[in-house]
Amino acid sequence: MKPPPFQYAAPTSVAEAVELLAAHADDDARTLAGGQSLVPLMNFRLAQPGYLVDLGRIEELTRIRTDGDTLVIGAMVRQSDAEHAPEVALRAPLLAEALGYVAHPPVRNSGTVGGSIAHADPAAELPAVALALDAELVVVGPQGTRTVRAADFFVGPFATAIEAGEILTEVRFPRRDGGQSFVEFARTHGNFALVGVASVIETDGATIARASIAMSGVAPVPVRATAAEETLAGSAPDDASIRAAVDAAVAGLSPSGDAHGSAETRTDIARSYLRRGIELALTRAQDRR
Amino acid sequence: MQRHEVTLTVNGRTSTVSVEPRKLLVDVLREDLGLSGAHIGCEHGVCGTCTVLRDGRSIRSCTTFAVQVDGAEIRTVEGLADGAELHPLQDEFWDKQGLQCGFCTPGMLMRACEIVEQKPDVSREEVREGIASNLCRCTGYQFITDAVCAAAARMHSGSSETSGAQA
Ligand SMILES: Cc1cc2nc3c(=O)[nH]c(=O)nc-3n(C[C@H](O)[C@H](O)[C@H](O)COP(=O)(O)OP(=O)(O)OC[C@H]3O[C@@H](n4cnc5c(N)ncnc54)[C@H](O)[C@@H]3O)c2cc1C
Ligand code: FES
Ligand code: FES
Repeated sequence: MKPPPFQYAAPTSVAEAVELLAAHADDDARTLAGGQSLVPLMNFRLAQPGYLVDLGRIEELTRIRTDGDTLVIGAMVRQSDAEHAPEVALRAPLLAEALGYVAHPPVRNSGTVGGSIAHADPAAELPAVALALDAELVVVGPQGTRTVRAADFFVGPFATAIEAGEILTEVRFPRRDGGQSFVEFARTHGNFALVGVASVIETDGATIARASIAMSGVAPVPVRATAAEETLAGSAPDDASIRAAVDAAVAGLSPSGDAHGSAETRTDIARSYLRRGIELALTRAQDRR
Repeated sequence: MQRHEVTLTVNGRTSTVSVEPRKLLVDVLREDLGLSGAHIGCEHGVCGTCTVLRDGRSIRSCTTFAVQVDGAEIRTVEGLADGAELHPLQDEFWDKQGLQCGFCTPGMLMRACEIVEQKPDVSREEVREGIASNLCRCTGYQFITDAVCAAAARMHSGSSETSGAQA
């Protein structure tokens, strides 16, 4: 099928984009980023916005920069550009590693970091990364600019704190020390994963100082494995601690099953991938010291 | 419905077309520019038969509106050969039987083109991983991998030896 007709504008500034969204609110105006989720939905007429505001010509949204210790990624940075950016490798290796699992290069060459986070697919990698790294999402609308913590941003499947008429402009990743890892299980590489695990682990001498772990695919939104984080903090970086942490995390999960995997399968996969992710982040934390 | 002027440089030739915003890049190529090389399979980014290069990088032309790529440089399978001389990739696809029905081939060639241009000394493993972005229902991928590796080796060594001479 082909998309139904719509009106289109490609503004060159965020202010102009926000004005256009407001002016065409009655036409169900929507933002277009890389189009790698929205255009398939429109081709199948599952989405039929009457007006598209293309963010692709807004130069200011395509930058990767640092602000003190914070890595700032413009919403329109292409996924493949972020994946290969030296600043990302240095400051948020978790993000670079996760990007390697997002679809395939021809999709990542168009898809954007902001688009993936705004789309908020419960199986997507980047929302889990944003959650694990305590990212801040900068949103601009008619009322001005506000910053939303990742923990408050994902409110349901394909639903975020972005209100109608607002645009996600930046994703801010505060600096995190220690080891980081992203692991996932997908039926075939490049497809959406059944379960993904983003881990950040800091060690302090012979103990784990702090752990941040987020999971995708196990709930309607990405979730923090808080019980595992609490079990790990202050414990020895050994097998017994990891086992206890994984058990604690899995006890709190109640994924729903679907055609891609039953609830039991997802729980089993979560168990193995939590262990792998934590082990990998821990090894990397110890290598860095 | 409002129409937009879109200027594209396709395989080195610049054209301006007047299109509705909903027109997909693949449809502009096929219908407005008469370049039917890029095929349409799934229309949702999965199969890869519509793959073309935008400013040197592979994209799905079925999930791209033409208005989004106004001003861009596009390469399609029609631009690979140099007159009557096949591109090494095309030559090796022929020689190694990298196609059967040929439906996936235009997209596969453009993805392969990006892979070998980005990394002339690409490994067999990287080729296998790289072409996983595109589906082929006929070949089982082995002959495609053989062809891409052979073309990469030829392009890397700068050798002009044709596959016919090797056979
Ligand atoms: C074959 C295929 C496989 C895929 N596999 C994966 C995968 O494994 N993992 C994964 O995570 N993703 C996958 N994707 C989705 C891909 O990552 C998309 O690029 C991403 O979900 C959306 O980013 P986009 O820039 O293309 O946004 P678009 O498709 O343009 O937009 C998506 C939605 O977000 C909104 N939006 C976009 N940007 C903003 C913004 N700045 N402010 C406010 N709203 C905004 C749009 O209005 C729209 O509703 C796949 C896609 C395809 C086609
Ligand atoms: S037709 Fe474009 S990816 Fe299948
Ligand atoms: S040759 Fe038939 S699909 Fe690839």
